[in-house]
Amino acid sequence: MDRLSQLVEAALFSADGPVSVNTLCTLERDVTKPEILDALDNVRRQYAEAGHGVELVEVAEGFQLLTRREFADAIARAQLVTRPRRLSGPALETLAIIAYRQPVGRAEIEEIRGVSVESVLRSLQDRGLVDVVGRSEGTGRPLLYGTTPGFLELLGLRNLDELPRLEELSVALRSPEDVHGMG
Amino acid sequence: MTVSAFVDAERPFLIELDAFSGPLDLLLHLIREQEIDIADIPIARIADQFLDVIETLGLNEAANYLEMAAWLLRIKIQVLLPRPFDDEGWEDPRAQLVRRLLEYEQIREVARWLEGQADLRSAQFSHGFVPEPPEPEPAPIELDLQEVLDAVDRVLEAIPRRVLHRVVPRPLDVEGATERIVALIEDRGKLDFTELFDDESRITDILSALVALLELARIGRVRLRQRKPFGKMGISDGPAVTTG
Repeated sequence: MDRLSQLVEAALFSADGPVSVNTLCTLERDVTKPEILDALDNVRRQYAEAGHGVELVEVAEGFQLLTRREFADAIARAQLVTRPRRLSGPALETLAIIAYRQPVGRAEIEEIRGVSVESVLRSLQDRGLVDVVGRSEGTGRPLLYGTTPGFLELLGLRNLDELPRLEELSVALRSPEDVHGMG
Repeated sequence: MTVSAFVDAERPFLIELDAFSGPLDLLLHLIREQEIDIADIPIARIADQFLDVIETLGLNEAANYLEMAAWLLRIKIQVLLPRPFDDEGWEDPRAQLVRRLLEYEQIREVARWLEGQADLRSAQFSHGFVPEPPEPEPAPIELDLQEVLDAVDRVLEAIPRRVLHRVVPRPLDVEGATERIVALIEDRGKLDFTELFDDESRITDILSALVALLELARIGRVRLRQRKPFGKMGISDGPAVTTG
């Protein structure tokens, strides 16, 4: 690999999270985005072709070196790492609503889920998966929530566009007309 | 905890309390369990079953479930009302319920997808992976009455029985310092700030004198003159001038 690719590899190795292309551009004076993308491609191919235990993954609008999935069980068994806590059903439902409706207020989330979400919202905030992104113009100017880069990281998504489109879901929302007058 | 809820005499089924994340979840469960067409919900039957289940599970005190139960009963009554001859503009009372159920089901599907993604991602570790600290369960407190009373006694004993009031002498004596400075100025015309003190002077004496001087200068009783910052400060009779 050329020097820039090695530098990019070193930077990814030293970072504790996904690194954006823009950040990688600050590694060296006068380096351009296409050059960084080339370097990233070199690193990716190096790992893929030479056969390594880690790979270059694009996640949360950035790039990260991650161990290959097939080694997860062995690594966890040796207690070198612990897998992150799994999210509860209510937490996942709340996340799903925020992901699709953001920015969204608590009242709307509660309307869809039919339950109070105060504590679940707080724990999602504590885990850095959602955050307050603004205030509604409505009565009392309630807080509006949105997902964070930590959300993308947890799910291994590059960006929010990777969420399944609602039309792709097996449960399609019927238009009110479908229901109208049936029975 | 598993409770057997005989909501349908012919088809008893099992309901797991923990499995429900809310009233919509329970409602969907009832509908799916009995393979009911969501577009044509037998509202009277479902409303009764819903009430039975929340009573059996002791959920009938949870506001969320009660609210749903009330709504179901309202729809049940509305459906019984005679439909107007003219169908125009008539909306099935169940329509809103169906919309909410479908919307909720959709969210649940997304939630399952998110869970799958998170599982996939959790099988890859990053360099310097820092596991989240496990959330410590709050230890259950097991106490008998005597232990509680003892603890209360210990707290009460720790409280001082008498509150002592100590009168602290006023540390600054600005009035005394003012009198002294005025007397000195009247006697000598002018003097240096340091001449106000001797080896016996305490910090409070110096501070008292400084406050007194500033006040005397403010009312124009003395003039203060200091040529440079932290330099010597001359005091003389007359209107105040702070810098030279």
